[in-house]
Amino acid sequence: MREFSYHRPKSVADAAKAFSSKSEARYLAGGHSLLPAMKQRLNAPSDLIDLSAIKDLKGIKIAGGEVVIGAGTTHAEVAHSTEIKKAIPALCVLAEGIGDPQVRNRGTIGGSLANNDPASDYPAAVLGLGATVVTNKREIAADSFFKGLFETALEDGEIITAVRFPIPEKAGYAKFAQPASRFCIVGVMAAKTKSGVRVAVTGAGPGVFRATDIEKALASSFSAGASLPAVKASGLSSDIHAGAEYRAHLVGVMAKRAVAAAG
Amino acid sequence: MANPNGIGASVRRVEDNRFITGRGTYTDDINRPGQTYGWFVRSPHAAAKIKSINAKKALAMPGVIAVLTGADMAADNIGGLPCGWLVKSKDGSPMKEPGHPPLANDRVRHVGDQVAFVIAATREGARDAADAVEVSYEPLKAAVDAAAALKPGAPLVHDDVPGNLCYDWEWGDKAKTDEAFKNAAHVTKLKVINNRLVPNAIEPRAAIGEYDRASDRYTLYTTTQNPHVIRLLMGAFVLHVPESKLRVVAPDVGGGFGSKIFHYAEEAVVTWAAKKTGQTIKWTCDRSESFVTDAHGRDHTTEAELAMDKNGKFLGLRVHTIASMGAYLSTFASSVPTYLYATLLAGQYSTPAIYANVKAVFTNTVPVDAYRGAGRPEACYILERIVENAAREMKLDKTEIRRRNLVPAAAMPYMTPVALQYDSGNFAHNLDVGLKAADYAGFAKRKEASAKQGKLRGIGLSTYIEACGIAPSAVAGALGARAGLYEAAEVRFHPTGTVTVFTGSHSHGQGHETTFAQVVATKLGVPFENIEIVHGDTDRIPFGMGTYGSRSIAVGGVAIVEACEKIITKSKKIAAHVLQTTADKIDFEDGVFKDKASNKTMTIAEVAFTAYVPHNFPHDTLEPGLDEQAFYDPKNFTYPNGCYVCEVEIAQDTGEVSIASFYAVDDFGKVINPMIVEGQVHGGLGQGIGQALLEHCVYDHQSGQLISGSYMDYAMPRADNLPSFNVSTTEVPCTHNVLGVKGCGEAGAIGAPAAVMNAVVDALSNLGINHIEMPATSQNVWQAMQGATKKAAD
Ligand SMILES: Cc1cc2nc3c(=O)[nH]c(=O)nc-3n(C[C@H](O)[C@H](O)[C@H](O)COP(=O)(O)OP(=O)(O)OC[C@H]3O[C@@H](n4cnc5c(N)ncnc54)[C@H](O)[C@@H]3O)c2cc1C
Repeated sequence: MREFSYHRPKSVADAAKAFSSKSEARYLAGGHSLLPAMKQRLNAPSDLIDLSAIKDLKGIKIAGGEVVIGAGTTHAEVAHSTEIKKAIPALCVLAEGIGDPQVRNRGTIGGSLANNDPASDYPAAVLGLGATVVTNKREIAADSFFKGLFETALEDGEIITAVRFPIPEKAGYAKFAQPASRFCIVGVMAAKTKSGVRVAVTGAGPGVFRATDIEKALASSFSAGASLPAVKASGLSSDIHAGAEYRAHLVGVMAKRAVAAAG
Repeated sequence: MANPNGIGASVRRVEDNRFITGRGTYTDDINRPGQTYGWFVRSPHAAAKIKSINAKKALAMPGVIAVLTGADMAADNIGGLPCGWLVKSKDGSPMKEPGHPPLANDRVRHVGDQVAFVIAATREGARDAADAVEVSYEPLKAAVDAAAALKPGAPLVHDDVPGNLCYDWEWGDKAKTDEAFKNAAHVTKLKVINNRLVPNAIEPRAAIGEYDRASDRYTLYTTTQNPHVIRLLMGAFVLHVPESKLRVVAPDVGGGFGSKIFHYAEEAVVTWAAKKTGQTIKWTCDRSESFVTDAHGRDHTTEAELAMDKNGKFLGLRVHTIASMGAYLSTFASSVPTYLYATLLAGQYSTPAIYANVKAVFTNTVPVDAYRGAGRPEACYILERIVENAAREMKLDKTEIRRRNLVPAAAMPYMTPVALQYDSGNFAHNLDVGLKAADYAGFAKRKEASAKQGKLRGIGLSTYIEACGIAPSAVAGALGARAGLYEAAEVRFHPTGTVTVFTGSHSHGQGHETTFAQVVATKLGVPFENIEIVHGDTDRIPFGMGTYGSRSIAVGGVAIVEACEKIITKSKKIAAHVLQTTADKIDFEDGVFKDKASNKTMTIAEVAFTAYVPHNFPHDTLEPGLDEQAFYDPKNFTYPNGCYVCEVEIAQDTGEVSIASFYAVDDFGKVINPMIVEGQVHGGLGQGIGQALLEHCVYDHQSGQLISGSYMDYAMPRADNLPSFNVSTTEVPCTHNVLGVKGCGEAGAIGAPAAVMNAVVDALSNLGINHIEMPATSQNVWQAMQGATKKAAD
């Protein structure tokens, strides 16, 4: 790790101000993506602006048919929230399946979304449930937030403050973990929402995407027994753990499991 | 009264207190006065010429002390890293031993090869400066896969090794084996790959080099399993420094699994550089570096054939193996696919004719050497996989084919056709115990229950035998070993009755401080708490060959017993003098010397006191003091053996394999500490299951880049990959050592892969699948199932 200056602002405004005054600043949340990259010297920011002292980024609220999760909320807090368990249990299942206890106790939803690792879990929830990403500047709909491999709609210095999840009729999440990293080879969130069925797939491709063919098939019957169209391998990722063909197959299997889990 | 902490008791490990509370002292925990830090510049290429190295910028950076290169080493006449075992090709020619410079000269031969060494005031500073060293490379084509490296026209790893062939070795009786195949009613054939593994000890390697000008002595603190071996190899071959001027300390070491046996370049570089620069230098490997510098394990491709008569009786086994050596010959690399492999191809069976041919090949990859089991897992895997396939082809039950071929207990000692003589073992009994424990008879029901849940269930067996405690030295020497294979011990009584034991074995997780103390407590009748076990320092311990090959209790432990016997012999003389009788009239039991005639007694503590305060002492016949040394050179290997039964379930929709149950029955001879032994079995099984289902070292076939170069891609087994193990031991004592022990360190890793893979193949056999390569990842299994379904459809 190279040397850097450390800042710990108390408000979102101060954080944004600190960011804009530095040449190569980075926000630091749970540090569970950023710090490993810095240790490997893949990343060497001049300044780290730690968001963990900002109270406004914390907490879980249920109001107006929505679950609102502060960007600084850890995976463990989401996993163990009794309110979320009642409203969107699939979200707790997803959070509980991220990494290990150490990762869940540090890593945050905001950090995970800003990072947008193509194999991470949360993007499937945000896209699959049609959530809205709230920042210090605007609100961004899930469908326009993710821009592929580690890219998002966030502008330089923009801070995610919260994520608003509309409560679906039902939703389920199923993950097929990569054996080494335990990130997703394929993760599928399948939800029956007021505006229709949404199926979001993470891990399989260079970024989270909606499986529209599967959505159509489930629109008529959102049930585990529904026959789902085969998923095409073209455009999906291939690595030593899973080729595109296998990933395509797993999307179908995980979609079925997700629907079954939705109950 | 038996000692409550003596042999046979599950004494809690005394070393765990410090380990668990973070008070262990590992090499990186040691900080010497004025210490500086080293960082290696390493090759990013699998094969390249070094055109130039420019350290100007690096040297100008703050805190940078020196940048050293291969040219500096050559100027100081530093030698190459030696290989400790000479193997000869079948035509009698010696193996090719190309140069293995500690810092590259003009060529780099694997990603991670060390190119230059940067010394600076801080670790980060050294790393920054290493980034600033400008190395100009001319990349060359790489030879990555061993089989491809043998083909004509393959890029050469070493210009002076034609065809990349290190040796073409054979073992066994070829003519007799060929004859057996002519008479066979059936021949089963199988080609298997034994997947390359990265050892991944929890503690990365580290080394501190220190030089004392006043005494002209070097000290090397290092993460090794055998400090004396490092002192010998580094002193005699690399630095050309006599042993008396070298001290090697291996403090607490956090796991090795073989990877810390070898003499590594970094050890020689820090030691040499300490004198050259006048600095004490610490180098600590980071995990990414470990992946490309710790010697890897396995990496065999084998074609095997088993000849049988019409009743499934084995007539002959023929095996052709290609073994990757990596870019250089690591310390014991040459012995692994030869004397530690082909000699075990009889397994537990009475196969009368066996022939093995092994081609060892240089490739542009990290050197390959001994890894938990070393050669024996490869032998067990090929044998147990082919036996299981043979059973299927002969339409015999997998237990029946084994029963027809197991060496009966009555045949012990049994001479195999591959040079080993098994001293003891009751293989059929282990099989019975294993099958009963695993409820083999009830398998069909469990398979049905799994099927109802959409899962394919399979059951797999493996029987293994290993040869531990390589010995005797004379035999090993005749086979090419360039070292002795005995062990040394010293047992020192102190005047007030406490005991320090100095052992040449080295504990890096095995719990010697506990087990060895139990042995001494039993032998000398001294309270367990009064015994201190010391290892890992060449200045304190008479000599040692270290810990590997499950040799510690069978060789090191026995050496301690021999020293204890000398203590008792001398003590009897002292007691006889004090009790006014003769030594032959003295009995010794539970720490008390008794004159059989008068019933007068003297405790061993009293004897020790008398030895050091010799007021009433037989000065004309004895020297004062009570401190004895022993060197023990075993008469034979020891032969741990056992039977493993594994059941797996395979999810039909994803191909995911999970282990439903695992039963291990092991004969380790006499067990000193059942709890520690159980722990060793668990660890070995974890590694064996890891190899079977998860671990896979993958190189890019073209570029030679290591793809599985971190835990993001290299899958280590975790608790949730493993079942709750069911383990037991059947103790058939070893016949040729006084403890009756055989060793237990590697068994699990040797026997488990075949048991797991046999279960996987069993689960899939209805689909017409008769083999699948390790690791049986979900994708591999799914692809095999897809292929089988497609074949059925065509
Ligand atoms: C061993 C291990 C296993 C893991 N397993 C999984 C897994 O199974 N599934 C999974 O999904 N993830 C996994 N992760 C990643 C983990 O979930 C991380 O916590 C997450 O990706 C990043 O969140 P963080 O809070 O740690 O962010 P940090 O690492 O602190 O930051 C990540 C990036 O986001 C930026 N950032 C952080 N907060 C904000 C904000 N509020 N607004 C704007 N930008 C921000 C930072 O500047 C940085 O660029 C694993 C990580 C580890 C170390």
